[in-house]
Amino acid sequence: MNALKQLILGDAQADRVVPPSGFTAHLTLFVSGAMAFLCVFALALSMASGRVAHRWSEELARAATLRINAPAEQRAAQTEAALAILRQTPGVANARALSDDEQAALLAPWFGADIPLDTLPVPQLIEVTEGDPGYDAQGLRLRLQAEVPGAVLDDHTRWRRPLVEAAIALRRLGVVSILLIGGAMAAMITLAANAALAANAQVIEVLRLVGAQDHYIAQAFVRRFTLRALSGAAVGVVLGLIGVWLMPEASAEGGFLTGLSFQSWGWLLPLVIPPLAALVAFAATTRAARKRLGELA
Amino acid sequence: MIELEDVGYNYGGGELFSNLSVQLAPGSFHFLTGPSGAGKTTLLKLCYGALTPTTGHVRAFNMDVKGLDRDQMAFLRRRVGVVHQDCRFLDHLPVVENIALPLTVSGRGLQDEQANLAELMNWVGLSDRMNALPPELSGGERQRAALARAVILSPEVIIADEPTGNVDWEMSQRLLRLLVELNHMGKTILVATHDLPLIRAAKNQVQARVLRLSNRRIISAGADL
Repeated sequence: MNALKQLILGDAQADRVVPPSGFTAHLTLFVSGAMAFLCVFALALSMASGRVAHRWSEELARAATLRINAPAEQRAAQTEAALAILRQTPGVANARALSDDEQAALLAPWFGADIPLDTLPVPQLIEVTEGDPGYDAQGLRLRLQAEVPGAVLDDHTRWRRPLVEAAIALRRLGVVSILLIGGAMAAMITLAANAALAANAQVIEVLRLVGAQDHYIAQAFVRRFTLRALSGAAVGVVLGLIGVWLMPEASAEGGFLTGLSFQSWGWLLPLVIPPLAALVAFAATTRAARKRLGELA
Repeated sequence: MIELEDVGYNYGGGELFSNLSVQLAPGSFHFLTGPSGAGKTTLLKLCYGALTPTTGHVRAFNMDVKGLDRDQMAFLRRRVGVVHQDCRFLDHLPVVENIALPLTVSGRGLQDEQANLAELMNWVGLSDRMNALPPELSGGERQRAALARAVILSPEVIIADEPTGNVDWEMSQRLLRLLVELNHMGKTILVATHDLPLIRAAKNQVQARVLRLSNRRIISAGADL
């Protein structure tokens, strides 16, 4: 706690013992900024994937379609029979047959708006909404098979599962990316800290000659790298948030890709990136400084 | 205060010296002489813990230097002021901050030490060079700045390695006077030098002992000037 306090408050005089410039300063700023920028996008990807996975699994799990493939003269009777069965089935919250206009609208993207539905062998569709708890899909299929020979129940499981799995995998990929970004940042800052310590071997020698303890020397470097990482990451996060904000908004036409954004409190989440970057820099530089000072002893 | 007992040191696969025994009593003044390569700098480094002996023991303030950890070593360095021949400084800091460095690293605020610092700068004749950067200083100014830095914590022992190596005779005399003054204040002084005229010049100012390091031994320890 005391070390953290010292790190935050600093010591203006102690801060001056390490020369202020050098390529490691720019490297640390650039790396932490770039990594924070990427981290914002990985976070947005992860959160958007999570939302999609949740929405798909929730919405699609509660909807099913019953298709009546019957000759035109039997279609109405089989539709009525199917609706009657559905109304009796526990776990079915609602069931309704789509009107001709609704069916025409579904086909419009392929056949145009003026499709003569009555001249085509289009099956009748029944929209089934699942209740809570849901219905027994296998039992319902067997009953429909026996009583409504033209009925085919599609509960979307076949194509829903791989989509949800893909969304979950994408979310996992986002999390792994964030971890990799953190690891890469730690590695780069360690390299920069090592380079700075090596370049300042004479400074370390002078400090030791005048009685500086290792933690004093280490802290001079650690504080500098931590603050650089913090400020670089802050800039990276701001740029990343602007980038995400400029992404197109989620829309049904754009599908998943246009939904790469944060929602409500999610916009605050990237604010934890700069402190985390500082923490990574603190740990990496402390380790590098201890090792280097041990070698120089 | 600082005692070397049967100290040997190997360097580069060979024995630089062996079985050296030296005692620096409180308030004493010692010159360490000898040919180049005899090991004068090494001996000084052994005294302030920058090197550890291959054999024997170095005791500083009743502590065996070999057994000190790095923090203890840092505290030892605060009790032994060191002036190097090449006077290393932090080149990006002005002279006054370099001189105050021992105060900074020991956590003493500079605000409370401004008067002492100004007095010290005046004592070494660098009052008008406080804000100069080390690379802007002449050889003599660097030596005086290094001496000021070495004494700012008021250490009990001051070790100087060829402090007059890069300065003219007049400046050598000035530095010698400063060292003698410190000795008169009760500080223990050890100066490594090959500058025999300087040692002769010191004869009238201070009761000093000469330690001659040659052929791996101190051969004239205890000889008065």
